[in-house]
Amino acid sequence: MGLENQIFESLPDVITVKLDAVINWARKSSIWPATFGLACCAIEMMNSVSARNDLSRFGAETFRASPRQADVMIVSGRVSRKMAPVLRRIYDQMPEPKWVISMGACATSGGVFDNYAIVQGVDKIVPVDIYIPGCPPRPEMLVHAIMMLQEKIMTESVKDRRDTIESESRKSIVPGTLPVTEGTALESMARLSDVKPYTVESKHERRRSS
Amino acid sequence: MNTEVLQNFVTNLKDENPNWVLDVKDALGEVSVTINGEFIVAICWFLKSKKDFDLLADLCGCDRGVEDDPRFEVNYHLFSTKHYNRLRLKVLLTEDEPKINTVTSVWRTADWHERETYDLLGIKFENHPDLRRILLPSDFDGHALRKDYPLRGYEPYSLT
Amino acid sequence: MSVVLENSANQFDVLDQSLESQMTISMGPQHPSTHGVLRLELVLDGELVVKTVADIGYLHTGMEKLFEYKKYQQGIVITDRMDYLNPLGNNLAYVMAAEKLLQIEIPERAQVIRVMFCELQRIASHMVWLGTHCLDIGAMSPFFYCFRQREKILNLIEAASGGRMTPSYFRIGGLMMDLPAGFERRVNQFLDDFPEAMDMLETLVTGNTLFQSRTKGIGVISGEDAIDWGLTGPCLRGSGVNLDLRKHNPYSGYETYDFDVPVESDGDVWARFRVRMREITESYKIVRQTISRLKPGPTKADAPKIVLPDRDDMRKHMDSLIHHFLIVAEGFSVPEGEVYHAIEASKGELGVYMKSNGGPKPERVHFRGPSFVNLSALPVLAEGEMVADVVAIIGSLDIVLGEIDR
Repeated sequence: MGLENQIFESLPDVITVKLDAVINWARKSSIWPATFGLACCAIEMMNSVSARNDLSRFGAETFRASPRQADVMIVSGRVSRKMAPVLRRIYDQMPEPKWVISMGACATSGGVFDNYAIVQGVDKIVPVDIYIPGCPPRPEMLVHAIMMLQEKIMTESVKDRRDTIESESRKSIVPGTLPVTEGTALESMARLSDVKPYTVESKHERRRSS
Repeated sequence: MNTEVLQNFVTNLKDENPNWVLDVKDALGEVSVTINGEFIVAICWFLKSKKDFDLLADLCGCDRGVEDDPRFEVNYHLFSTKHYNRLRLKVLLTEDEPKINTVTSVWRTADWHERETYDLLGIKFENHPDLRRILLPSDFDGHALRKDYPLRGYEPYSLT
Repeated sequence: MSVVLENSANQFDVLDQSLESQMTISMGPQHPSTHGVLRLELVLDGELVVKTVADIGYLHTGMEKLFEYKKYQQGIVITDRMDYLNPLGNNLAYVMAAEKLLQIEIPERAQVIRVMFCELQRIASHMVWLGTHCLDIGAMSPFFYCFRQREKILNLIEAASGGRMTPSYFRIGGLMMDLPAGFERRVNQFLDDFPEAMDMLETLVTGNTLFQSRTKGIGVISGEDAIDWGLTGPCLRGSGVNLDLRKHNPYSGYETYDFDVPVESDGDVWARFRVRMREITESYKIVRQTISRLKPGPTKADAPKIVLPDRDDMRKHMDSLIHHFLIVAEGFSVPEGEVYHAIEASKGELGVYMKSNGGPKPERVHFRGPSFVNLSALPVLAEGEMVADVVAIIGSLDIVLGEIDR
């Protein structure tokens, strides 16, 4: 009725479009998070889902409990050493294409807690796409991060995220080892990962104590 | 704050058995009784059944320092739900033998508190039903809350 | 022929054995209904829970060790992250323990504001409890209604302190700074709209027969067992024991307020639910009383070597500047001693054991988290119930993993 009818009357019946654009548009518009709320940031994540800042208008309609049905893992909260293997396992269980948002200071870099118990940055365990600072970040910041992730998805290419060879499919994939298409987001990430290795050595010995 | 009522409890303890009480400290409105660790279960039964201290509010250990002797202490914070009194029992333990009897038979809530004290400080509770690590990973090396354990730990976490 | 009969007999034997054996499953750390990273090992016989063991430590942050390396004032920031639904309560417990060691008097306005924020925080914490409890049981709408109310309270806390969930508003010796202008009007606005919202929630949840049948008679614990297991707070009051530290061990001026303590005697999930709902109404009454009691006055104690001076003072007077510098750079020394201070947080008795050896950093700070002790009673509550009821029981215990694992 109205606007839709006028648009469709002016367009031809069949349109030609870039495959990347359509598939990325579909992927970015229905990006379902996996529930990985750990600590205080999880409450702000719940705030961003509830009525005031509604995350489902950006496509994050339901938070899937099972990682096998999820697209993005929002690591919200501090990751302790006991939880780190669990985090990696959940990440491995997610099917491609998958993204990771590291929400909050503790997930990004260890946050307030620089001690024996907390992993100093979740990017030591999983490759992260978007980092959100804050302790805890406001719900609007999480909404902005989802929007940034959507822009990033639009710059990817559908040829990048391929399933691995059957015999190697159980091993975890390090970004930069799969073939990447030129001019896409994954290629810039792959170039960066040459400069900064995937697992960085900790700078513990060189820091002064407080 | 009025500590006469609490001092009465101390007198009762001393009357019951003079070996039990080693030291009494009355400061900041609280009474802290240092007791002999061998009789801990008997003292706790006496306080629970005769003096109505039926809630063990907290059981925590403390590392006083590597050079101090005795090095460890265990504090029992008792609360009475009928008369609303608080009392603290303190047991001092040396570094070579950080062992004490469990009070799980007196208050069942001591179970997890003692597991946490064992986990973080290394104080062993004898006759405990299930003494294993509760907060730190089960393959963790060392006891994290001791003063000679560094804040940042020994090695950073890495996947490989 | 006989070979076939023999084979089929063996086949049925195997099947019978597998039907009788019990299954151990791990209700793992990543689960939508465990309210955080809690792992439960359940031994199941069909749907019946035979044994349950809680495995915690997935959020262990080493906070107690961190306290020993930070000055007293710096430690307040860490207490925010402990029970992250009730950060002002954690702040209050820590700050009051330090004030007890230092033996300083808090001015009345600061005490009234502390009580007001504690009770507002209690309402906010119970809102999250109600929303997530109903979400676990299957009702999705109360979640949104509860978080709507919580947003209003978080706006109030943010107006006063700058942080929604990590305010660190209380300081040793009083408050961080005074309330902003027009704050009382905003609180009154919230209080005027709140009874309507509570009525809506009561209509949605309390009168619902489905909710009642899922919560009545589940997870029963008697009063003496509850005390033996160390339960405090609404879990204890739901089993018939009238113990509320605000009435029986009052602190920060609570003895001057007029409120009731709700107690129910059944000891099941429904009783704990009713206790918490009535507590929200009582907290509302207390906040109304604090608003009427606010009088202008100082919000920091008169202890220049301990409490940071106002910024205006610091910029104009030399001695304030020196005090500010020394307090921030070196910290103030706390006299030797040990203290155990307990407050009634939204989950139960939150106790702080603080031991000082005369320096600017504490020697030992131990938090007795109420959720830690409440969760240790889970085997008693959950054994003999169905798997689906375990979710309702965990919801009624109102656990927060940040406080359990510290």
